Amino acid sequence: MADVKKIATRESYGNALKELGAEHEDLIVFDADLAGATKTSIFQKAFPQRHFDCGIAECDMVAAAAGASTMGLVPFASSFAMFAAGRAFEQIRNSIGYPHLNVKIGATHGGISVGEDGASHQCCEDFALMRSIPGMVVMSPADDVEARAMVKAAYEYVGPAYMRFGRAAVPVFHDEANYHFEIGKGELLADGTDVAIIANGLMVNEALEAAKALKDDGISARVINMATIKPLDKELVLKAARECGKVITCEEHSVIGGLGEAVCALLSEELPTPVRRIGVNDEFGHSGPAAALLKQFGLSAEHIVEVAKDFCKK
Amino acid sequence: MTANEKKQLMVNACKVRMGIIEGVHAAKSGHPGGSLSAADLFTYLYCKELNIDPTNPKWEERDRFVLSKGHTAPGLYAALALRGFFPQEDLLTLRHIGSHLQGHPNMNLTPGVDMSTGSLGQGISAAAGMALAAKYQGKSCRVYTLLGDGEIQEGQVWEAMMFAHHYKLDNFCAIIDNNGLQIDGDVAKVMNPYPIAEKLRAFGFAVAEIDGNDFDQLEAAFTLARGTKGVPFAIVMKTVKGKGVSYMENNAGWHGKAPNDEEYETAMKELRAQLAEVEAM
Repeated sequence: MADVKKIATRESYGNALKELGAEHEDLIVFDADLAGATKTSIFQKAFPQRHFDCGIAECDMVAAAAGASTMGLVPFASSFAMFAAGRAFEQIRNSIGYPHLNVKIGATHGGISVGEDGASHQCCEDFALMRSIPGMVVMSPADDVEARAMVKAAYEYVGPAYMRFGRAAVPVFHDEANYHFEIGKGELLADGTDVAIIANGLMVNEALEAAKALKDDGISARVINMATIKPLDKELVLKAARECGKVITCEEHSVIGGLGEAVCALLSEELPTPVRRIGVNDEFGHSGPAAALLKQFGLSAEHIVEVAKDFCKK
Repeated sequence: MTANEKKQLMVNACKVRMGIIEGVHAAKSGHPGGSLSAADLFTYLYCKELNIDPTNPKWEERDRFVLSKGHTAPGLYAALALRGFFPQEDLLTLRHIGSHLQGHPNMNLTPGVDMSTGSLGQGISAAAGMALAAKYQGKSCRVYTLLGDGEIQEGQVWEAMMFAHHYKLDNFCAIIDNNGLQIDGDVAKVMNPYPIAEKLRAFGFAVAEIDGNDFDQLEAAFTLARGTKGVPFAIVMKTVKGKGVSYMENNAGWHGKAPNDEEYETAMKELRAQLAEVEAM
């Protein structure tokens, strides 16, 4: 594991914006005094005349991006997930979602891996908030390769899209040469027949590790990377449920309203299947190093293994 | 403007007011008070100020207007119909199921509406974003937005004011309809927004303070706005809420209520008399 490259997906976001910016003059970026942290500073350095700092005013930023999009530009508006999806929820709902405008929201610092800043900055509600807006695409990449491909796909897609990136560096496991990203399509990473683990974000790598460990216990686990939470890849979920009979969802998000509930809603109506949801339970996070917090909140390969073993006993 | 031009604006303003009353009466709900206070402004914008083409509502080089105080949609719709963006009879479908005239403006349904609004405080930000984009694109179009004096209690309005000044949006003009009343009563008593012009100047705007029910003063203010370089422009216009319908004037109760059949007849009678008077000038 020592030589596995680790990159934070917020870094991927900044790099992808810079690459896209070189090709497309209609791409502009808004930030709210967090360019250094959201990594839109990478774009800003390359294209200072197309990067607009809005100051600490996320609600204004989001609605200004909406206005700019009506002029034919493709704005990417960035802040921490807490302040984009959270603070500016109603602006996103009314000024972007309702008119279905072509604005991309690049929200970084999602989940509890924000770490030391603590609960006020650890957004575990953004999937739930964004999923509830009609017509909104909601995505969360698993690594650098996927994150950069996702940003490019979001640019090409016409309509509102929310992307959640992480603060912490995470292992890069995709092979860029053979990787293709498509909005609304999940990715089968490991085949298995006893239980299907459907994950997104940094939990995908944990799920892969868990699947390897489970093999030693004689449990064949299928691993699916569900980078798009909405629209959900229904066929892939139903196929997994049909073939494995048990589903575990994993996300660095509240168990309320995210990937887990999206999967449960689908399965309960179309193919009732036992499900275990791994995520942040109905509680706030707190300060601490990201790795320690992830372990403490059960967002780890070890915890997935425990849940899967218990689940497969029954 | 010539005396004849002014007379035509006054005639059109009467028609816009009639369109407001007809629409709100047919809808049995809606916001007549703030629509009537801004009726002269809507008329001036759509008949004189805005560079627009009703036959090509999405024309890229057009001036933009964002109704930040979206609840006064009946006034905007009446002006758009008058200018020929859609048939006058559509006004009677206001707020009905299947109508393109939603309770608050919808840019995807109504020709001539440049931004969906209704949640107060957001339209001004969108308008500032349009003005910023126009500058980046090298477009010469201008962007106008109308806010209520109660609306400026929303903190986001002042975020947008900072933004407009910071990015030197001299293609941007914010108009504040100071009719003095909001749902719960006198704006000064509900949450005092005064002094408005001084606040705007402190935020870096060039400001004109006018009587918003006077076409000469509207013309002077917009001429000044177009000639101002390097800073955004604001027009603080004193108006009469419910202007033109005697029993609605300066009465907060008519902020968001439709006239019944009898009240409708009274209002239309008054407006027809005003129209006859202006036409005889």
